[in-house]
Amino acid sequence: MQIIKDKQIVDDSWSYVADDEDLKDGDISVSLARWKKDKQQLLKSSGKKGVRIGPADSVEDIAADLKNIQLIELDFPAFADGRMFSHAWLLRGRYNYQGEIRATGHFMRDQVFYLSRVGVNAFSLEKTEDLPVALSNLNDFNVNYQKSIR
Amino acid sequence: MIIGCNYSPGLALNAHMYQYTDTDQTLIDQRVAQFRRQTESFLKGQISDDQFRALRLMNGLYIQTHAPMLRVAGPYGLLNSRQIRKLAHIARTYDKNYCHFTTRQNIQFNWPQLEKVPDILEELAEVQMHAIQTSGNCLRNTSSDHLAGVCLDEIEDPRPYCEIIRQWTTLHPEFAYLPRKFKIAVSGATHDRAATQLHDIGLHLVKNDAGEIGFRVLVGGGLGRTPIIGQVIKPYLDKKHLLSYLEAILRIYNLFGRRDNKYKARIKILVKESGMAKFAKLVEQEWLLIRDDLELASERIEAIKAQFAPPSYEVDADQDTSFAQHLLENKAFATWVKYNTDDHKAPGYRAAFLSLKAPDSPPGDMTDTQLDAVADLADRYSFSEIRSTHRQNLILADVKQADLFELWQQLTTLRLATPNNGTATDMICCPGLDFCSLANAGTIGIAQEINEALDDLDYLHDIGDVKINMSGCMNGCAHQSVGHIGILGVDKKGVEWYQLTLGGSSENQAAIGERLGPSIAKDQVTKAVTTILDVYIKQRLEDEPFLDMVNRVGINPFKEQVYANN
Repeated sequence: MQIIKDKQIVDDSWSYVADDEDLKDGDISVSLARWKKDKQQLLKSSGKKGVRIGPADSVEDIAADLKNIQLIELDFPAFADGRMFSHAWLLRGRYNYQGEIRATGHFMRDQVFYLSRVGVNAFSLEKTEDLPVALSNLNDFNVNYQKSIR
Repeated sequence: MIIGCNYSPGLALNAHMYQYTDTDQTLIDQRVAQFRRQTESFLKGQISDDQFRALRLMNGLYIQTHAPMLRVAGPYGLLNSRQIRKLAHIARTYDKNYCHFTTRQNIQFNWPQLEKVPDILEELAEVQMHAIQTSGNCLRNTSSDHLAGVCLDEIEDPRPYCEIIRQWTTLHPEFAYLPRKFKIAVSGATHDRAATQLHDIGLHLVKNDAGEIGFRVLVGGGLGRTPIIGQVIKPYLDKKHLLSYLEAILRIYNLFGRRDNKYKARIKILVKESGMAKFAKLVEQEWLLIRDDLELASERIEAIKAQFAPPSYEVDADQDTSFAQHLLENKAFATWVKYNTDDHKAPGYRAAFLSLKAPDSPPGDMTDTQLDAVADLADRYSFSEIRSTHRQNLILADVKQADLFELWQQLTTLRLATPNNGTATDMICCPGLDFCSLANAGTIGIAQEINEALDDLDYLHDIGDVKINMSGCMNGCAHQSVGHIGILGVDKKGVEWYQLTLGGSSENQAAIGERLGPSIAKDQVTKAVTTILDVYIKQRLEDEPFLDMVNRVGINPFKEQVYANN
């Protein structure tokens, strides 16, 4: 599986472990609920850790853990759920999160430019054949009226 | 990539309104290119209906009953003659020779072809116009006082702040997918002509005890299904904090506004359900964390203000005597001056309203020929500038009194001089069932009937200031709930019925109209309106305006007469 990360198409090393699956080795991400429940166990395991959050989650809940989290996945249930944009902004602008923020789920490639401006640096698209176009969409505009993250 | 803009001499002359920089021009050019790609992807079946819907709405494009409808932004209602000529050209080339001015100072085309919309946008970009965020669940075009910069009761010209807000809202990356649409209005005068209490955010320029000017911030107002009057969230905000405060409100709304039900998704519901105290606390907490990073530099404010510097008024304009002479000699002219012109801060100048409410034409509509002619009049008489108002008329804001007679004669020929500004036939009216896919009932036919019933000008002028607002559905595009007389079209088992309200207002004493009684049949609406006006004529005190009387006596005297035969 390939994704866009830092404006390049790269292979993805991460896997998501659903709430009803056993934790495993390697770079894994889990839901926020799972993170809260199994945090101690997760912190002891060897690979990198990721947390998948949805629009109704509060990023404040993981603010104190961010130094131990290398990936945050913003999992879009629907492309129109704009809360994800504020979550990304808060992670970068408020909590100074330096790890990877990745958009997953049902977002549109036409949204990658705005997402990149609020701090999302990786994109996992529903259709991998859309990756080259999405990459070009990151350059839809080269002028802005507002500050962007980074 | 920097795209140079070729300012035409016509544009360069308009030094008293905001002129695009290379950045502004590049941004709208790139938006056109982006929308062209989006439209092509959709036509090739590469993106879904649902996805394209969100993308096109964010660029002002609806799919309507007969054809797409394209809504073009009129930034805070300010246009120049070159832009008006472009609208005429678009009406002629891509539409059926007319366009429609809306209650939010925008311009609508009702018959463009979907495939041609990118071409239209490219033409608009040539004159510094666009359709960005005129629709969709995003930050909409900012609206303002149509007499900004010229009225006598101004504390400060709101237009520079509107432009600052225009730039901040345009393609804001965090707030492009809000729970619902979001509208901001700014007023800089003591008399609120921008309906700021009925916007998601209303901003009033006010003076504090120290004599400094800042903003009173209102939040949570809105019309539509649940009309609510906005409440003050911040009595005084320093100008330098304008954008940080707006951003704080928007972030709280974006995170906590309801997304489960589109009828409960506006910020007014969030404010109502959480309570103003709690909402204001969340905003304040957020604001304190961001305000230093988003401070507006006073140099930036001054630079934008300089673009709205007053035009070079003739200092001896009030020495003219011909105006007084014409007023004495020509009753029709005097009547037009009384109703369709307004006082101006520069001696010897007046603001002239162009009525888009001629008796037999749909309210707010203008033909390509009228548009071209108005552009010429603006060049000749009003520093090439034209404004649109939230009551769907136009204004030439800076006309010398010596020119008014000539202007009136030409407007009369153009059928833009109906002396009904602010009267019962100056109706706000949405396109209704004839054009809009949301509408439940027709409006234009009834507007015409009311016009015919009130065709006696003396009677109309005797009635005086009555604002009739009529919408063809609950969405309330014509602001019926704040009309002195509100008319709302509803569907009852496939038949058009109409709900009347009385006593609404969008001005300083903003109020939501009270229901008169059960809805009435289509063929009874005009009769009901004339009955209401008759009750007023019979029962008013001396010099008592309609709204004052409704507030004094309540709705019962009107109700009794309207429903007398049922």
